[in-house]
Amino acid sequence: MSDATTEAHGAPDGATGTGPAGGNGGLMVKAERVHKSFGLVQVLNGIDLEVRNGEVFCLVGPSGSGKSTFLRCINHLEKINAGRLYVDGQLVGYRQKGDKLYEMKEREVAFQRRDIGMVFQRFNLFPHMTALENVMEAPVQVKGLPKSEARRRAEEMLERVGLSDRMKNYPAQLSGGQQQRVAIARALAMEPKLMLFDEPTSALDPELVGEVLDVMRGLAEEGMTMIVVTHEMGFAREVGDSLVFMDAGVVVESGHPREVLSNPQHERTQAFLSKVL
Amino acid sequence: MSEENRDAVPDPLAKGGGSGQGPLTPGGDAADTPPEAIRAIPVRHYGRWAGAALVVVLLGMLVLAFANADIQWSVVGRYLNHETIVMGAVNTLWITLLSMLLGVTLGTVLAMMRLSGNPVLSAVAYGYIWFFRGTPVLVQLFLWFNLALIFPVLNLGFYSEDMNTVITPFVAALLGLGLNEAAYMAEISRAGIQSVDRGQTEAAQALGMSGNRTMRRIVLPQAMRVIIPPTGNEFINMLKTSSLAYAIQYNELFLAGRNISSRTLAVMEMLVVVSIWYLALTTIFSVGQYYLERHYARGSDHTPPPTPLQRVARQLTSFRTRPTLPEPATATAADGGTRHDGDGTNGSGDGTGRRGDSER
Ligand SMILES: Nc1ncnc2c1ncn2[C@@H]1O[C@H](COP(=O)(O)OP(=O)(O)O)[C@@H](O)[C@H]1O
Ligand SMILES: [Mg+2]
Repeated sequence: MSDATTEAHGAPDGATGTGPAGGNGGLMVKAERVHKSFGLVQVLNGIDLEVRNGEVFCLVGPSGSGKSTFLRCINHLEKINAGRLYVDGQLVGYRQKGDKLYEMKEREVAFQRRDIGMVFQRFNLFPHMTALENVMEAPVQVKGLPKSEARRRAEEMLERVGLSDRMKNYPAQLSGGQQQRVAIARALAMEPKLMLFDEPTSALDPELVGEVLDVMRGLAEEGMTMIVVTHEMGFAREVGDSLVFMDAGVVVESGHPREVLSNPQHERTQAFLSKVL
Repeated sequence: MSEENRDAVPDPLAKGGGSGQGPLTPGGDAADTPPEAIRAIPVRHYGRWAGAALVVVLLGMLVLAFANADIQWSVVGRYLNHETIVMGAVNTLWITLLSMLLGVTLGTVLAMMRLSGNPVLSAVAYGYIWFFRGTPVLVQLFLWFNLALIFPVLNLGFYSEDMNTVITPFVAALLGLGLNEAAYMAEISRAGIQSVDRGQTEAAQALGMSGNRTMRRIVLPQAMRVIIPPTGNEFINMLKTSSLAYAIQYNELFLAGRNISSRTLAVMEMLVVVSIWYLALTTIFSVGQYYLERHYARGSDHTPPPTPLQRVARQLTSFRTRPTLPEPATATAADGGTRHDGDGTNGSGDGTGRRGDSER
């Protein structure tokens, strides 16, 4: 309600914990033997991968292979059980002092998440706010931006995704494609250094997929680092810089999208691609 | 049949001559000139007319019966704004507001306790709800009123007082009604909070919002949509349930009416007076509830239902404009307009918040 009280403005004390990537070293994300289980179900079985700055990194694989879970680990919506995960050279969700790991406080985790934008399959727009309010919410509430400044920036973001004429609409009054573009604008308003897309076009009618992919293509051209879980192989081939095929919680195959897609080495990749292509 | 077939098969040679076609057959050249508007004889609802007539007759008999009944309407009129009655109404309103405030506050705390994931807090909240929902309010009112029988002295260490002095009828009524209400409000709030999609919390957290802020800015406003209608019903129930407090000598509306009737022997008259007051109070708050629901419904409907005022205004304009439109083409437009009005009326009829009275 009052825009005076906002979340932590500066970096919370001791939120450093620089990993072996050292400052960043050209890597936006680095996963080392990441494991994740839900109870007895082992979902991620040692994921190793690196996402370079400015790269469009495509993650493909059959349903249930752990793609969403891995994305959610990157902004600590899920806690990993073993291994190490770094974003921009910093350990996600933990602080390392000597050889001991300390869990971060909620405030510190929230601070890390500010720089990581996430776009969900089901949009998850705030239904009680207009498109403009959706985009303004986090800059005002989290970064403490003045309303006027946040509004100006939100208008800019909505224009960028081609929705200048829909700012006053509530999500229920927008098509799926428009909602997803608002969701992208909402994430961009926080000026993230990394964007995570979890099947952003899977819930859309076929004729609406293009408008969302166009926005993502534009983002890629501007040099945004993006991790994209998708079944749109055309997009991966055309826009992607690297592609990882995941199955049953492990990386099966990786490489340049054109190579992996046209000449898959592993039989599980071949089987999967023959189904989606 | 044959005409339909002819329409279905595209025949490039068939010239679309619209001459010989009846008004109900869509012509091949329908795109050029719109077909004439349908003017069919409407279905006659004889049953409806008969039903309405029957009800009007019965209503008339009822009015007649009351007009001739042995009830002194002048007494009703005289006592309607009698000082004692007005005082009782004020007390009823006062105890209702305070009990609801206590109920909503404590209920929200109990809901948070139940959802906290802390097994002790959750169990305590559950136990509270179990007890206060499982015993009658009347019994609870008497329990509080007679507290001095088992705890003659209230001793809080820094403060000590004779229990009979502390537990006035007002305090007993407030505790009895408010604590009982908290049990219901706890369940209502819990259901509201749980009704909000988990994706909402995740989206907020992914943007860097803290748990508290997510609750306040994202979850609660959406939970309100689910919480407000039953809370409004609770409020209106409370206006009426507070009459039970007459039994512990709290001077509310019903007791005020009884006091007068025991003096004047105008029993039925005072019951009518009291009923009129209750009806007035519940009506006022139903209207308030309607506007509150409308406010929290934003974003859920494509357009919010019209307010009663808007509806009246719209109907007035439709009465005014309908007869002044002679042309058939414009008449169609006017029909569309009135139909839209009808929709508005129905839609807001649904929105008055009378969905399922609370199941008490
Ligand atoms: N919160 C959870 N609790 C239990 N199991 C989960 C949870 N989230 C995901 N899973 C399980 O983890 C597996 C991987 O899920 P997910 O990461 O969503 O796969 P993908 O996105 O590749 O389809 C699935 O078997 C799913 O049932
Ligand atoms: Mg998924």
